[in-house]
Amino acid sequence: MNRDLSTRGLGRRRAMGSLGTGLALFCATLAAAALLAILGYVVVQGIGAINWSFLTQLPHPVGVPGGGVGNGILGSLIIIGTATLMAVPIGLLTGIYLALFGRGPVPEALRFLSDVLSGVPSIAIGLFAYAVLVAPLKHFSAFSASFGFMMLMLPLLVRTSEQAIRSVPQTVREGALALGMSNFRATVSIVLPTAMPAIITALLLAIARVTGETAPLLFTAFGSQFWESNPGNPMAELSLQVFTYAISPYPSWQSQAWGGALLLIVAVFVLSLGARLFLRRAMQGSGT
Amino acid sequence: MSAEAVTVDHVLTTEDLNAYYGSRKAVGDVSIGFGRKAITALIGPSGCGKTTLLRCLNRIHEVSFDARVQGSVRLDGQDIYSSGVDPMAIRRRIGMVFQRPNPFPTLSILDNTLACAARGLNRKARVESAERALRQAALWDEVKDKLKSNPLQLSGGQQQRLCIARAVAAEPDVLLMDEPTASLDPIATAVIEELMGSLADEFTIVAVTHNMQQAARVSDVTAFMLADEDGIGRLIEVDETAKLFTKPANRKTEDYITGRFG
Repeated sequence: MNRDLSTRGLGRRRAMGSLGTGLALFCATLAAAALLAILGYVVVQGIGAINWSFLTQLPHPVGVPGGGVGNGILGSLIIIGTATLMAVPIGLLTGIYLALFGRGPVPEALRFLSDVLSGVPSIAIGLFAYAVLVAPLKHFSAFSASFGFMMLMLPLLVRTSEQAIRSVPQTVREGALALGMSNFRATVSIVLPTAMPAIITALLLAIARVTGETAPLLFTAFGSQFWESNPGNPMAELSLQVFTYAISPYPSWQSQAWGGALLLIVAVFVLSLGARLFLRRAMQGSGT
Repeated sequence: MSAEAVTVDHVLTTEDLNAYYGSRKAVGDVSIGFGRKAITALIGPSGCGKTTLLRCLNRIHEVSFDARVQGSVRLDGQDIYSSGVDPMAIRRRIGMVFQRPNPFPTLSILDNTLACAARGLNRKARVESAERALRQAALWDEVKDKLKSNPLQLSGGQQQRLCIARAVAAEPDVLLMDEPTASLDPIATAVIEELMGSLADEFTIVAVTHNMQQAARVSDVTAFMLADEDGIGRLIEVDETAKLFTKPANRKTEDYITGRFG
């Protein structure tokens, strides 16, 4: 019996397959196009505002041409740097705790709280920072902004460092213990270095995330027209300046807002790129 | 004490050893002795508790979540589970090689070898001590020109010999090997088996294998384990390898080694 190899409906299946592929391709193009359009628009609008004095000078009063966002860039570095310094030890240690001793009700509760925290809108985090650090002290401060940013970074750091440490094979840790290493030394000198590229990836992404945040700054860092490096005082911050300039009625400020937005996008882009590079190293490290 | 126990010099003995994962008992009432500078093979089908038994011998079993041990294990007469004993000190005297090669991926070949060696040695002494261990593991000639390289560049068999060198560098009394060739090809397996023979000049070796030919080839003594109807691993028979494979005393052993098992 010679069975016919061309089944009924083959043509229709092929057509459906092509249709599906085409649809997916269309949607992917749409998503990429939207991103490219935003990028392109910001570059076109912002590139003209960027020059050396824009990066290094204080803002000028309305009507005085020139001026820059130098104090905002400095403020961003200080505020995000302080937040990172606070978030890294807490987040990393919590991640280690969850990865190594992560069974039972307490770790489960921690994970749940961390997940909830990562879903809290950043404006609510800003309000919390305001209520805890601004209202009682009766003045705005860069530190309160750092505190809010730390709260935003923590859940990301906790969960990703837990994942990174968990992904180190148990046999590597056991190998260290079997050599007579203490639990502490096995964790610090063997497990953590193995997980480090993935942890740094997560850290860069967390920094990128807060770099783009404005809401928690509105009633914490508040903004400033001056060079300010004391975390106890109100401080300028780049994304906050973008916000202030963008809603202003003055064309010169608006064009500077585009310049600031471009700087922010470049910063996030560089951080994400760095994260990808580290992730690639992490993949190479774990593959055998 | 039986006549045999008097004549054989046992470095390591267990007495009524029970091992649990939570409430599940994985090994039950095992009493066995391991002869000095002999190779003892633990054989048996999957799930018979041979790896768990091995992991009780250097107190690495208790590292797993919810795992515990009952009974005693004596190293030169001293109970390694008595309360004053430091498990880290035990693990330095009883080294372990795992089923899959597990070199530390962030350390160089040299630093892997010296991972547990004494700190504070100068560079020359470090390299000398590493060379000794790597020679013992029959790896020196293959890695002497790339001591600073990443161990993951080595082949699987070389990685496993690196792990052996790492364990040997601590100068243990006993070397535990958990299916050391399970992930290796036949040629790398032959190298490791030959190596085990030469290591037995200096160390007491206890090796888990589910490959009976391997047990017959490399070991002096073979212990056969089997899970009972409750899933608890029991020691069925232990004897000189030649005798166990030719004239097993127990019917279950005979069924297993002749492939009539199951």
